[in-house]
Amino acid sequence: MSQNQLNRQSSISEEDLARLSKEAEQEATPSSLRIVWNEFKADRPALFALVIMVVFILFVMIASLFINQGQAMATNIMDSYDKPFTQFFLGTDQGGRSIAKQLILGSRNSIGIAIGLTIISSTFGICYGLIAGYFGGIVDNVMMRIYDFMLMLPITLFIIVLVTIIPNYNVVTLTLILSSFYWMGTSRLIRARTLSESKKDYVAASKTSGTSTFKIIFREIMPNISSLIIVDTMLSFAENIGVETGLSYLGFGLPTNTPSLGTMIANANDPSSITEYWWTWLLAAVEIIILTLSISYIGQVIRRATDASQRLGDD
Amino acid sequence: MWKTVLRRVLIMIPEIIILSILVFLLAKAMPGDPFTGSIGPHTSAAQIHHLKEAAGLYNPWYEQYWNWVVHLFHGNLGTSFQYQEPVTRIIGNRAINTLWLAVFAMVLTYAIGIPMGLYAGRNQNKIGDTIIRVYTFVTMSIPFFVILVLGLWIFGYVLGWFPTTGSVSATANSGMATTLSRLQHIVLPGLLAALFGTVNIVQYLRSEVIDAKRSDYVRTARSKGVPTGDVFRHHILRNSLLPIAAFAGYSITGLLGGSLYTEMVFSYPGMGLLFLNSISYRDYTVITALVLLYGILNLFGTLLSDIILSAVDPRVRIQ
Repeated sequence: MSQNQLNRQSSISEEDLARLSKEAEQEATPSSLRIVWNEFKADRPALFALVIMVVFILFVMIASLFINQGQAMATNIMDSYDKPFTQFFLGTDQGGRSIAKQLILGSRNSIGIAIGLTIISSTFGICYGLIAGYFGGIVDNVMMRIYDFMLMLPITLFIIVLVTIIPNYNVVTLTLILSSFYWMGTSRLIRARTLSESKKDYVAASKTSGTSTFKIIFREIMPNISSLIIVDTMLSFAENIGVETGLSYLGFGLPTNTPSLGTMIANANDPSSITEYWWTWLLAAVEIIILTLSISYIGQVIRRATDASQRLGDD
Repeated sequence: MWKTVLRRVLIMIPEIIILSILVFLLAKAMPGDPFTGSIGPHTSAAQIHHLKEAAGLYNPWYEQYWNWVVHLFHGNLGTSFQYQEPVTRIIGNRAINTLWLAVFAMVLTYAIGIPMGLYAGRNQNKIGDTIIRVYTFVTMSIPFFVILVLGLWIFGYVLGWFPTTGSVSATANSGMATTLSRLQHIVLPGLLAALFGTVNIVQYLRSEVIDAKRSDYVRTARSKGVPTGDVFRHHILRNSLLPIAAFAGYSITGLLGGSLYTEMVFSYPGMGLLFLNSISYRDYTVITALVLLYGILNLFGTLLSDIILSAVDPRVRIQ
C-alpha cells in the first residue's frame, strides 16, 4: 500500500496531519545535540568556556599556518630577553626567539598531540572496556588483571625510559608511547557500564535472534553508552594536555626545537628568568590553565546534559 | 579477613615477577651494562669481553634474568656510572628525602581533605559546598606541574617566604636546626601537593556523607531524638571515614608519581630528581634500580589499600 492510498483512506485532513505531527515533534524528547545546546545556553560560564576553546583552537591552528617553525626557532642573540611590547609583541626568550610565535606553535603542537593521544587511547580504552564488560567471566578476569597490573606500573618513569631508549624518536612515536599507558581510566569506566548494559533485555533479545557478537557490541551497546563515551573523551582531552606538557616540561616530551607549552614553562627552571624574565614562561602557564579549565568545564556541562536529573536547561 | 590478606599477597607474587621481568628487559634495551660504572677509558676490548663473559652477559636472557634476581636479593644493584658508588647507597640517601616529603604531604592531604569533604557533605548545595566543588574542579583540571611552578614563583621568589631549592640549608649543623631547616624546605611543596591532591578524598567523603544522611540508621537515630551534631559525630563520621583510610595506600602511589615534578621544580634532592639526573647522564644502573623500586613501592601501596579496605568493609573481601 503506498503513501497516497493511506492518505486517501484516512479521514484526517492535510492541515490536521501537519499540525499533529508538529505537536508530536514538540512533545518528543529533544535530540541529544539540542539537549547539550540548551545546557550551554542555560549556563553562561559554560558558553564562555566553549567560545574560548573554539576560538582559541581555531586561531592557533590557522595562525600557525603562517609561521615558519624553523625561522621562529632560529636563535638570534641580539634580541635576547627583549621585554614585551617593545620590539616583539610578547618579548623574546634567551635565544631571542619571539614568545608570541612560540606560544602559537607550541599550542598547536601540544593541542595536536593531546587530540591524537585522546583519539588513540580512548579508542583502545573503549574497545578494551566493551570487550571485557560484554564477555565477562574469564575474559573479564584476565583483562582486569592486566588492567590492575598496568595501574601499578610507575607510568611516568616507564614513559621517560622508553622515550630515551627508542631509536627514531618523533611526534608519532611519542603519541604512541603515551597512548599505550593512558587508556586505563577510560577502559574501567566503559567496562563498568557495559557490564550492566549487557544484562539488559535488548541484548538478550538480540542474542537470541542471532545477531553477531561484533554487531551487538559495537552497533547496539556502544551507541547506548555513547553519552558516557563523549563525556569521558572530553575530560581525558583536558587531562592529556597536562600529560604532554608535563613531560615536555621535564624535558622528555617533544623533541628539542619543536616548541611546546611545556618546554616554555621549563624556562622557569632558571632562577633568574623565573623572576626577571617572567614573560618567557608565565604566559604559557596561564594559557595551559585557561585551556584545561575551559575544556574540563565543557566536559562537566556535557556530563550534566547526559544526566536528566542534573540538567539546568530543561525549563 | 586473614584469608583475604593471604590471597591478596599471593596475587602480588606473580605481579612482582612480571614487573621485574619488564624492568629487566628495559634495562637490557638500554645501552650499557653492569660494568659501565667500572670501566675506565683504558680498559681494552678484550678485557671487556672477558668481564662480560665472566658475568654471563652472553647467556640466554632467562639465565641472565635469574642471575640478576639473585644479585637483587643480595642487595647488589651494581655501581653508578655517575657517582662511582654502589647504587643502593645512593638511592638510600635520596629515599629518605622523598619519604619525608611524601609523609608530610600525605598528612596534610588528609588534614585538609577530611574536614572539607565532611563539611561539603553536611551542607550539600549550600554556598560552602558550592565553593568546595569549584575548588575541587579547579584543582582537578589544572596540570600539577603548572601549579608547582606558579607556587614556587609566588611564594618562593616574589614573596620570599620559603626556600626555593634543596632539602636542607648548608648553614644548619646542629640536630634541631637541621630538622627545622628540613621542615622549612618541605612546607611549600608539601602544601601544594596536599592542596591539589585532595580531590579524591573530598569527592568520595562528600558523596559518602550524603548517602549516609539518607540511610535508615541515621533516620532511626534522628527519630529517637539524637541531636544532629551527635548523629554526625558518632554515626555518619565513623561510617564514612573508614573507607577513606584505605586511600592511604593509593595516595602513596600518587605522591611517588608526582615526586618527579615536585622534586624537579623545587630542586629537591630526592629519588625523583635522582631519576631525572640519571636519565640525562645515561646512568642506567641507577635508572633500572629506581624503576624497580618505584614499581615495588606502588605494589605495596595498593596492597596496603586493599588490606585496609577489606578490614573495614567486609563486602569487598575476595571470595
